[in-house]
Formats: sequence, C-alpha cells, structure tokens
Amino acid sequence: MSESPDTMTEATAANLPERRINMIEAINEALDIMLTRDPDVIIMGEDVGYFGGVFRATAGLQAKHGKTRVFDTPISECGIIGAAVGMGAYGLRPVPEIQFADYIYPGLDQLISEAARLRYRSAGDYIAPLTVRSPFGGGIFGGQTHSQSPEALFTHVSGLKTVIPSTPYDAKGLLIAAIEDNDPVIFFEPKRIYNGPFSGYYGKPVEPWKKHPDSVVPEGYYRIPLGKARHVREGEALTVLAYGTMVHVTEAVCKAKGIDADILDLRTLVPLDIQAIEASVEKTGRCLIVHEATRTSGFGAELSALVTERCFYHLEAPVERVTGFDTPYPHSLEWAYFPGPVRIGEAIDKLLSE
Amino acid sequence: MAEPANPADTNRPALALHVPEPKYRPGDKADFSHIDAGSPGAQPRPDESCHPSQMADLAYGLVRVLGDDHQAHGPWNPRLDPETLRTMLGHMAMVRAFDERMFRGQRQGKTSFYMKCTGEEATSIASSMALASDDMVFPSYRQQGILIARGYPMLDMINQIYSNRADKLKGRQLPIMYSSREHSFFSISGNLATQTPQAVGWAMASAIKGDSRIAATWVGEGSTAEGDFHAACTFAAVYNAPVILNVINNQWAISSFSGFAGGERTTFAARGLGYGIAALRVDGNDALACYAAAQWAANRARGNHGPTLIEYFTYRAEGHSTSDDPSGYRSAQEREEWPLGDPVMRLKKHLIAIGEWDLDRQAAMDIECAELVKATTKEAEKNGILGHGLHHPFHTMFEDVFEELPWHLEEQADQAIRERITKFGSERPFG
Repeated sequence: MSESPDTMTEATAANLPERRINMIEAINEALDIMLTRDPDVIIMGEDVGYFGGVFRATAGLQAKHGKTRVFDTPISECGIIGAAVGMGAYGLRPVPEIQFADYIYPGLDQLISEAARLRYRSAGDYIAPLTVRSPFGGGIFGGQTHSQSPEALFTHVSGLKTVIPSTPYDAKGLLIAAIEDNDPVIFFEPKRIYNGPFSGYYGKPVEPWKKHPDSVVPEGYYRIPLGKARHVREGEALTVLAYGTMVHVTEAVCKAKGIDADILDLRTLVPLDIQAIEASVEKTGRCLIVHEATRTSGFGAELSALVTERCFYHLEAPVERVTGFDTPYPHSLEWAYFPGPVRIGEAIDKLLSE
Repeated sequence: MAEPANPADTNRPALALHVPEPKYRPGDKADFSHIDAGSPGAQPRPDESCHPSQMADLAYGLVRVLGDDHQAHGPWNPRLDPETLRTMLGHMAMVRAFDERMFRGQRQGKTSFYMKCTGEEATSIASSMALASDDMVFPSYRQQGILIARGYPMLDMINQIYSNRADKLKGRQLPIMYSSREHSFFSISGNLATQTPQAVGWAMASAIKGDSRIAATWVGEGSTAEGDFHAACTFAAVYNAPVILNVINNQWAISSFSGFAGGERTTFAARGLGYGIAALRVDGNDALACYAAAQWAANRARGNHGPTLIEYFTYRAEGHSTSDDPSGYRSAQEREEWPLGDPVMRLKKHLIAIGEWDLDRQAAMDIECAELVKATTKEAEKNGILGHGLHHPFHTMFEDVFEELPWHLEEQADQAIRERITKFGSERPFG
C-alpha cells in the first residue's frame, strides 16, 4: 500500500479540511480508512466487534465493514496474536487490539519468538505485518492491572517496532503508517489522553482535545513516517525526551516554570530518531528524560546511555531521568506514583543548577 | 512455610501428590499388553459433516486399516491405487535414508544438531499426501516427511542443515527448522506449539477470503500442554476454522512420557471433544489409516464443517535429537515390543501382499534412496559445512530483522565487520 499513488505526506495533509477530534476518534478514523483502502486489513480483539471496544476505538467499524473483517475474539491474547501471525502469513494485514497493555503478557511468546523473528528466521519467506494496538499507561485509577507502561519489554526485542502517539493528529497518521508497515508494530495508546491532553495537575478539570492545536485532524488519508520525532517546542535551556502522556505533562511543567525547553516527542521508540536527539542535546547541553514506566531498565535507561555515549562532550550536567517508581502501579496512591509536576520540576531544577 | 495442618487434628485425610511415572525404565522388560489397539477395520467411518458428539467413540478407539494379514480392512480403507502406495512407500524409505545420513553427519561434525522421525514417517508423509499441495502446513520439528512428499529439493534441506553459504535461511536457523513458502510449508519455530494458533489464524484468513485452501498443523503430545494449543483449539472451534490439528503422540517428550501431558487420564484425541471439535484417534504406524484420517479431516474442513483433531498414536523409535540418549530414561526393549510395529515395514508388506511389490524391488529402492542421499550430501558439502567458513556474508546477520535496516543495526553491522578485520586482517575477503 505504501507505493499507492495517492500516498500523502504530512505536508500535503495540511491542505485537507480542518476539523477537531479527540484521539479515540482519530484512531477510529485511521482504522476505518485502512479497512476501506486495503481489503487485507482485518481487526479483531476482545469486545471490538458489535460493541466497538471498551474505549470505543472500533465503534461502528463492524457495521460498516462486516463481521469477517471486524470481529470479537475469545479472551486469549496468545490466541489473538498467534492467529494474527498466521493471518499475516496468509497475506492479511491484521490489526489486533489487546484491551489493556497489562493484558498483553499471555501473547508475549507469540510476539517475541514468532512475530518479531518470522522475517529473520525464514529469510524473508514469511512476514508478520501486524499492528498490535493497546491502551497503556495510568492516571485513570486503573490499579495495577490497567495502568502499566510495558514499552521497554518490546523495545528490548529485536524485530519489533514500538510506536506511541501523543496527539490525535499523530495517532491517526502514525497508526496508518504502522498498519502499512511490513514489520510487526506495537502501537501503545496513552489512554489517559484519549479524551484530552493531560497537564499532570490532576486536581484541575480535564481539558478537551478541541482546545489543542493537534486536534485538528484531516479527514482523509495521511501518514506520519515511523522513526521521526516531533519537535513539540523549540528552546535553549534543556532537552526533554518524552512520549505519550508525559509529553503534555512535561510541556505543562516547563510552561508553568517558565523554562525555555527544547521538547522532543519521540513518537517511535524503535526505530528511534537519534539524529533529532543528538541535534537537540548538542544545542542545549542538558537532557531530561521523562516516562511513566518503572525506572530500572526502562526505556529512559537506553536513552540516557545513548545521549551519554553520543553527546558526552556537549553535556553540561548529568542526564536526568524522571520515571514511575519501581513498584506495581498502586490504586489509592496513584498520584504519588505518577511522575507528575513535582518530580519533573525537581529534576529540571537539578539539571539547570549544575 | 506455614506449618501444614495435621490430618489427625483436623479429621481430614492427608493429601498425596501424584507424580506420573512411566511403566518401564532402563533395564525393565517392556510389556505393552495393556494397550488395547482394537481390530483393523473395526472402527466406523462417520460422514465428514457429522456432529463431533456423534463420533465421540472415535476419540478413544484406534482407527486401523492394515491387519496382521497385511491386507487393508474396513470403511477407513482409503482404496489408494498401487502407484500412490508405492510413492508413499518411496517417500517413507527416502526419509528414513535421509535421517540415517544426516544423523551420521552430525556425529561426524558436519553440523550441530539433527532430529530423526524414525517410526513416525507415516504421520507426516501419509497425512500430508491426503492434502492438496497448496494446503498450508504448520509443522513442528519432526515433519521432514512433508517436505520430501511435497518434492522440496533435498539439496536445500541439507544446505539448511549445514547452515552453509547456500542455505536458503542464510544460516540463521537451527538445523531442520526449514521454511518454504513455495511449498506452503510454514517456518518452523523451535518454540513449542506456537504454530498451532498460527495455523488456525491462517485457516481463518482463508475462510475470510473465501479461499478453498485449508491449513494443517502438527504438534507433539507433550506440547499439547502449552497454552498455545488450547488457544488454537478454542479459536478453531469458535470460528469453525478449516484446520486440521494433528497431535503426534509418540509417547515421549525428550525424557518425559506422555503422562506428563495428561496421557494417563484420557486420550489426546479426547481433548477435542471438550472443545466440540471432531476427534479421531489413529494408528500412527499404519500409513493407510493416517492417510484416511487426514483425508476425512480435509474433506470436513473443505466442506465448511470445521476443524478436526487427530491423535496419531505412534512411537518415537529413536532419541529426541542428536543431543539425547534415551537409554538413560526408558527401556531399550520398548521399540521392539511396540505393538503397532514399524510403519515402513507394514506398508511394504501390504504392497507385497497385494502383489504390487517384492523384496527385490524393495532392496533396489533402498539402495537408490541411500545413493541419492549420499550424492546430494556430497553436493551440499561443496557449499560448506557448519563452522568451516563457507557461510553467508557477514552483513546478512543484520538483514531481515526489519524490512529496512535502521541506524542502530547499520552501526552494529559496521562493528561486526571491524571485529572481523581485527581478527583475520583486512586481506581476508569477507562479506
């Protein structure tokens, strides 16, 4: 599909009509467009069919595209991913949904040992062009089984791409690119920001997406290439490397503190936009990494190592990581766990004081 | 640990854990008289569209065709013409000759690993011959017979086993983990039972597209304990997938007998009944019964009547692999005492009994097989053997991880090539 003559870039997408939608609507639209454009795309998962998914991401799609293209599955993540690998071998382009990222573990062997290695072990005889969509992250009082951010388990696996959008515009364009990609893609959707960007100040009312510039989403098809970071904000004081919900939280903290931050939304963890990272850190000399996932062996550790290895002589201060704590995600103490404004603020102060 | 509750104090009986134990260990006299193999020809052959519950008895009996008189009996006789029977025998003899030579090649240091299918040839050859050549197969690691039956070049098999410069899998896979899209043969994983839900997914895709091709998968009885197998059964049943789930019950999973997969309690075919899947239990050493069962299941799948689980009751006559020595855990007599004989011998005797074969032709065929394997081995050795330098170019190690090489793999490929220069000097040609 990527060779299609009507393939559009971000630049041409800007000419399409302007509307404001939230991230769920953007994802639903991307799925609808791909089901329409490519007869080999199918969607399956728990509750995704008639009901349209517990987060409504697939609402209306079964009615529009039929029961054999959008359908419910047994509660078996191993079966969902395993069947998707077989469908990919047939020539379909499956887009399975795992209802919560926390539920993905029974499907890990099929992802890690099968989907991720199929092209390699068969020397290109077979591929696994799956896009596994899954809501991830906390901040919704989901407790320890509906809040996790397991992205580092997947970035550690050779052969998987990991994509995490942070805006409706990106969610649509990245999801279309992920579905068209011939490699298996883990597409984690930050569910805290499905309905509006989150500042991290959880006591304040939720702000809807329609006030955010990136809720302007063209109606038609467009794609955002995997492996390209987004410059959220240009600045000189320090570099921020973040993705998903934490892009918005960090941006809000920097704004509140009046920090002239250079904020990169990584969008894709593998493949990583190392050039954008190097260029930013070489400019600012200071680097803050923010993710919601647990700290030890988190993706921040990889980012920190890369920045240190590649930009050491430009650094004016040690790289700082702000992360979730190395505990399960607690229910009642969610906001004590969440890497919110206080934790981020302290890290910024420390980075700027050295 | 907390103190266990004393049965005497609680008036409850003391609990006891059952750890399964095979009947015979090294040195024991093996006696299989407890196995009720039934009579050849005795089992009814239901219509391919029947409800699984109407044929439940077939999950507990044993479908057999070839009798002690070497004749074919009963409704499961597939009535194959003699030419097809000779082809089947030829494939089985070829696989046996191939296994012998490759096993020896491993012992001679030409490769790291090999797995024979001795005693189980019928379960892959006869059953795959009942499928169409474009039906998709998702095998486990002991179904080399399918490739032979489908005419996959033996030279490519040996190149793969040697991981040499002509290996179509570029030296990336453990020996015998073949892949051939051209022969509708899925890439063998090495992880167990993962292929089972994949086969179901492929079959679902075929049904989604209104295709006419079906899928079949093979899994060992030991691996049916994996969650993947149960996910496969559930999906196959839920979506009425056109798939055949073949369980090769060869009694042993390395050193663990079938009891560790639940074989003491019930048959493996009976697993299907709980899912509402048609189930057949078949004499896996009877090539005609294997063919007939697979044909029945293929007809059922093709007619949109759904999946079938087939248990092939057989015996792993050799070790698990070149890394295994079964004399350490089972009685050496088991192979001789196995009540269902040897599949190659039985088919040969049948062909002789019906006047379509003789010992001279058999001897000539055996020599022909051995010579072809030997010649093909020599041909493959020209492309190198494992560890002797004739491998694929270095850069291929980094290719096919993704469709396109990302920057971090480019950097690592550069590093690997630098290391090679440091090790061997820049004079040495390298890829």
